[in-house]
Amino acid sequence: MAEREQKKKQSTTREEEVVEETPEKSEKGEKLKAELDELLDEIDEVLEDNAEEFVRNYVQKGGQ
Amino acid sequence: MAIQKVCGIETEYGILLRGSGDSNPIAASSVLINAYVADLQRKVDWDFEDESPGNDARGFAREGSMPPEVETHLVNAVLTNGARYYVDHAHPEYSTPECADPKQLVAYDKAGERILARSIEAAARTLPQGQGIVILKNNSDRKGNSYGTHENYLMDRAVPFARIVQHVMPHFVTRQIYTGAGKVGSEAPSTGGVEVPFQLTQRADFFEEEVGLETTLKRPIVNTRDEPHADAQKYRRLHVIVGDANLSEVATFLKVGVTALVLAMIEDDWFRDRDFTLTAPVQAIRRVSYDMTLRQPLELAAGGSMTALEMQWELFDLGRKYAEDRGLACLGREESGAEVLRRWESVLTGLETEPEALADQLDWVAKYRLIDGYRVRHGLSWRDPKLAAMDLQYHDVRPEKSLFAKLDMERLVTDAEVERAVTEPPPDTRAYFRGRCLQRWSSAIAAANWDSLVFDLGSDPLRRVPMMEPLRGTASMVDTLFEGCSSPAELLERLGS
Repeated sequence: MAEREQKKKQSTTREEEVVEETPEKSEKGEKLKAELDELLDEIDEVLEDNAEEFVRNYVQKGGQ
Repeated sequence: MAIQKVCGIETEYGILLRGSGDSNPIAASSVLINAYVADLQRKVDWDFEDESPGNDARGFAREGSMPPEVETHLVNAVLTNGARYYVDHAHPEYSTPECADPKQLVAYDKAGERILARSIEAAARTLPQGQGIVILKNNSDRKGNSYGTHENYLMDRAVPFARIVQHVMPHFVTRQIYTGAGKVGSEAPSTGGVEVPFQLTQRADFFEEEVGLETTLKRPIVNTRDEPHADAQKYRRLHVIVGDANLSEVATFLKVGVTALVLAMIEDDWFRDRDFTLTAPVQAIRRVSYDMTLRQPLELAAGGSMTALEMQWELFDLGRKYAEDRGLACLGREESGAEVLRRWESVLTGLETEPEALADQLDWVAKYRLIDGYRVRHGLSWRDPKLAAMDLQYHDVRPEKSLFAKLDMERLVTDAEVERAVTEPPPDTRAYFRGRCLQRWSSAIAAANWDSLVFDLGSDPLRRVPMMEPLRGTASMVDTLFEGCSSPAELLERLGS
């Protein structure tokens, strides 16, 4: 999976180089926004089923 | 000249045993580590002889201020990559081997995440049906209990400790703007009336003192533990407890690289009369962490004020001039020093102009973007437990559950480099000697410590090999030695011990 992510990254970088004249600021912001929308579409599948219980049960003894 | 900034990171991971009536974290941590070690190698016991966490860098011993650490009965292993993997304060803890380069340290820190993830899988094979272990690489349970991620840096003993405190304190307060791992809400007893839906760091809520020896109560921004694990006449190990556990490689690289550079400048007295001393560092550390706008002024003891970002720019300018004048050989490989400067500048520029565009580089920005995006999409309040769960799950080390792993974050090391760091020691510190000896003759090693190996050859008394120089025992120094030895007895004979 990490390999796939890296490839995706490389191709994005290439696209960025092609459209150099666009200000980098908005372009990167747009790219990140599109990625976020995609991620939010699928994230419920990964999230813990019972958020409240997960948060409540996660109790740690103090450490350093 | 500043000495080589040998460095390492110790991470206490959060642990939860699921599917069992009570989750005993010490037992669960032991199961976890034992399962991993049993899968890999014969366990090598850690040797506590030279450990003295009660010594204070300010020069006074505080007898009885810390309980003796009775933990020798707990699981404690040394891995072939030179790392230590053990149970500490009810948490599984992974201490990277000593690294001579911040980028190399990134690989060993990420290797730790893989080791924990594999430990979960190994433990699953020994646990009853229906039970499973969850491990989070974070620093708080969101209920006021914190556990640490500590950095260590080798320093010249000759540098007055007061000078270190003076110049490193403002750096620790202000570096949070790129080292923070982000947190939904606050766990501080009081936030002084400030609303904190989200803050930059995991740890700022837990710091109550400026300087001190403690690590579990009244935590100090600058910790004075004086336990060099090396020649105490020459070296100091600066033990840094104020940082967050980072998942982002860029954040870890900057946290360690910039701090190493600041410490080198302190060693070379590069600050001279520049003084960024803050009037109230403890208040300032929270103020910075609670301020997503990065605009809060911090009052300076010398008069006037500065934002965290402005102070980091000042430090950057000093660092750039230092690099031009002295070079950055003390940060390891030449390209690493240059990359520290380049990325430091680029991240500060990003924070100034468009922080959200650093979502593929910094943990707090990435976490905020994800959680805030979810919140807006589903119309949730910041107090919704779903967002708290996402905060925790960002740090889950299981690749299939980790929210961090779903993000397309920038990488600084390759998967192959991280995988190699799981089993192979770094070549340019004494960790190389430790790791290679464990790979070849673990059954003859009775005990291992940061600064020694103890061999048990059967009939003879135990033989201790001291390793008081962190930059000896490197590949270039000992590879030839290893090649000519077919047994540990031969190795000891050649070493003349």
